[in-house]
Amino acid sequence: MEQKTKITAESGKQEVVITREFELPVELLFKAHIESDIVEKWMGTKVLQLDGKKQGGYQFETTNPEGQVVFKANGVIHDFAANRKITRTFEMENTPFGVQLEFYEFEELSADTSKLHMHVLFESVEQRDQVLQIGFSWGLNMAHDRLQDVVKKLK
Amino acid sequence: MNLRRDVFQAIADPTRRAILLLVASQTMTAGSIASNFDTARPTVSKHLQILIECDLLTQEQNGREIYYHFNPVKMKEVADFIEPFRKMWDERFNKLESIMKVYKFKK
Repeated sequence: MEQKTKITAESGKQEVVITREFELPVELLFKAHIESDIVEKWMGTKVLQLDGKKQGGYQFETTNPEGQVVFKANGVIHDFAANRKITRTFEMENTPFGVQLEFYEFEELSADTSKLHMHVLFESVEQRDQVLQIGFSWGLNMAHDRLQDVVKKLK
Repeated sequence: MNLRRDVFQAIADPTRRAILLLVASQTMTAGSIASNFDTARPTVSKHLQILIECDLLTQEQNGREIYYHFNPVKMKEVADFIEPFRKMWDERFNKLESIMKVYKFKK
């Protein structure tokens, strides 16, 4: 199966590049990033504030069914060019991940297709690697490392 | 919601990781796997079922016995540590795409 979303994260670097092509006109792809109610749907978080303009900002918050806040993030928008580019910061509150600087580039491929190019810079290599491993934060331990060794041998 | 079990959830459990380690070194029956644990046999069976559901183990009938094999291809997918991060974004973007396709239609 073809992977639509591609990630480049070279080892030892403090950046990640995420690219994705959409079967959407670039205007709609851009809209999905600046309208609160749409962002809420695909990011799966509540949008408390989203001010899509130069020197604007945004705030996300996710609560669990018990009403506790489980995710809180915010950032400021540095540069904003409709249907072309958003430069913003991103920070997950109460985490050791630090602040990220994100460059979103929206590219028109045809009247009905577009491409998103996300370039994300972290404060350090360590912080980048931590964020990349979010999906792996389920308390894996030595057993997992040993499994990896087994897999490597089988390769 | 998910018909197939989440592979990362599957390996987050210490007993299941131990089972994977055992079976990775040799093909085993449920009985011989269970004999390595103090846990009750039905509990081990349940763990085996979960590992099969997410393709980390495969079953092979041999006479009266069922043998369990380790599936290195699936494990390699898990071992790639960026994969969960990529999947997270892929799922978000799939959602974005389907929401906006409907949005376009409504206009």
